[in-house]
Amino acid sequence: MSGPPVLDPQHGRHLLAEMLRIRRFEERCAELYSAGHIRGFLHLYIGEEAVAAGAMQALAPEDAIVATYREHGHALARGIPATALMAEMFGKQEGCSRGRGGSMHVFDAATRFYGGNAIVGGGLPVAVGLALSDRMRNRPRVTACFFGDGAVAEGEFHESLNLAALWRLPVLFLCENNLYAMGTRIERALAQTDIATKARSYRIPADVVDGMDVLAVEEAVTRAAAAVRGGEGPAFLELQTYRFRAHSMFDAELYRDKAEVEQWKARDPIEGFAARLAREAGLTPEERRQIDDAAIREVQEAIAFAEAGTWEPVEQLTSDVYTPRVPEADHA
Amino acid sequence: MPDVPSTPTTVRMTYRDAARAGIREALQRDARVFLMGEDVGRYGGAYAVSKGLLAEFGPDRIRDTPLSESTFVGAGIGAALGGMRPIVEVMTVNFSLLALDQIVNNAATIRHMSGGQFSVPLVIRMVTGAGRQLAAQHAHSLEGWYAHIPGLRIVAPATLEDVRGMLWTALDDPDPVLIFEHQALYNMEGDLAAGAGPVDIDRAAVRRRGDDVTLVTYGGSLFKSLQAAELAMAEGVSAEVIDLRTLRPLDMETVVASVRRTHRLVVVDEGWRSGSLSAEITTRIVEQAFYDLDAPVVRVCSEEVPIPYPKHLEDAAVPQPGSILAALKQVTAAEGGR
Repeated sequence: MSGPPVLDPQHGRHLLAEMLRIRRFEERCAELYSAGHIRGFLHLYIGEEAVAAGAMQALAPEDAIVATYREHGHALARGIPATALMAEMFGKQEGCSRGRGGSMHVFDAATRFYGGNAIVGGGLPVAVGLALSDRMRNRPRVTACFFGDGAVAEGEFHESLNLAALWRLPVLFLCENNLYAMGTRIERALAQTDIATKARSYRIPADVVDGMDVLAVEEAVTRAAAAVRGGEGPAFLELQTYRFRAHSMFDAELYRDKAEVEQWKARDPIEGFAARLAREAGLTPEERRQIDDAAIREVQEAIAFAEAGTWEPVEQLTSDVYTPRVPEADHA
Repeated sequence: MPDVPSTPTTVRMTYRDAARAGIREALQRDARVFLMGEDVGRYGGAYAVSKGLLAEFGPDRIRDTPLSESTFVGAGIGAALGGMRPIVEVMTVNFSLLALDQIVNNAATIRHMSGGQFSVPLVIRMVTGAGRQLAAQHAHSLEGWYAHIPGLRIVAPATLEDVRGMLWTALDDPDPVLIFEHQALYNMEGDLAAGAGPVDIDRAAVRRRGDDVTLVTYGGSLFKSLQAAELAMAEGVSAEVIDLRTLRPLDMETVVASVRRTHRLVVVDEGWRSGSLSAEITTRIVEQAFYDLDAPVVRVCSEEVPIPYPKHLEDAAVPQPGSILAALKQVTAAEGGR
């Protein structure tokens, strides 16, 4: 990697705000889950915010995003309104997926957000195909594909890396290595735990990045995305991070030591970065509070929006299984 | 394909030629269309359907893929989301099981999960069925499984006109369409109108008119059923043969109308009997036309065995004109209760 990323005071405050938006949003989600307003599975991203917040800075509006079932952070950082996202969590028809998807299936055409895929590894082939369409149409776009270390054990991971490299497709593979595939630690799942090495074995340039450092993430993704956009084929980043909360809301966390969690919490991406901003960019406690208050307000408004939202009429139950068929205009 | 003479209205060709003509026309018609799959290019297709297309359209649009069914089918989904109109060829329905995740969890669900924001205009062609001694991993008929899945449209062309024209309509469909081509049909010859165009993928077709019994079938069993109907006629039984053409959604209107006239039903399905398409059709007739029936429904399905290699056992495992004829006689021999 090149030298230490430069800390721009304004941009730094923006990054902090993005991470706090995600943190506050999800803290309230956990409460709302306990209160029964959010149901199904709820997978929190708390601890991993630097990855989504940093990565999205480097992507352009015309780029495509493919994410996993732990995607609230990506959705918020990509620009899906917190209101529509929270309404989706509630299952209301004002949700970004009209309530049909819920927490695990966030989709948004306006920001080219293609899910929200809850089959581990299932998003990778779709990302390869999105990139193929860009390649065939000569569009200088990047498809950013987020997935976890768990996906690395899936066949689709290997097939997709191979095909993307073989056809030099503009995919940016972003592996969020949080060390656990649900409750199975990486050493118990992968014979080779060096994930970047696997990517390199498919002749894809791969870097390992501190996923708890939002600037390091932004810098690495910016560089990799530029290469991908420039036609150099796929790129791969392993972003080393950690989930502070349970896998989902039904997880007693029997598989890891509290001490390990505490060690990682000491590297909290938000606290660490806020301290750096205070040291190097003059962030005052008052400013920090204002940024935080704005995030809390945004989430509060999102909850109010979701609560005021409406249930889709049961009469529409079977809609959107098929596209209403209209005669197609002449082919482009 | 054969040269098209200047005046005649039909061209003699095989089912394989007709399938190829459909793909070729799609590639000529629409720059968004491309073909992708195992050995579709240099090899010319495992069943020679795409032979010659690489030379004509080049490697960007005739894409040989690695043996990665899940990923090239998923890439078809992604390319469709990205505005292309991919035709993905899967060598056999048995191999499509390696791509089941992408077909069932993504292609069939993305429109729904996204609240209607994204459609997946993907066409997947695959080979199905027995008849060439390919044994238990290349010869099954699993289209009935796919017909279980909301979000997919399933078609089974049994004629030259359909194998050519259904692709056109499938590519115009905004949702995923799976086309099942029966391997025993590829060498079948017939006459196809020179200017044959798109055909609907909604309706069943009555392939033979009859009065005494309705025979419902599709795909590779259609011509066996027509043979059986011919044999039955010699024995005084007039069978109406319906080709389902589309397996999802089922055109029950056509089937029910026929059963209301004939009062008897035989279903011929190369899938296994248990939990099958034949069970679905029978149940719907029981639901919609029970009091019109004069005799219990009779099904002719594959025996409950993986398809065996030896020819005599393979023949015995799947519906044949003889077993279909026996079913027609059985159902018409039963006393009418009306």
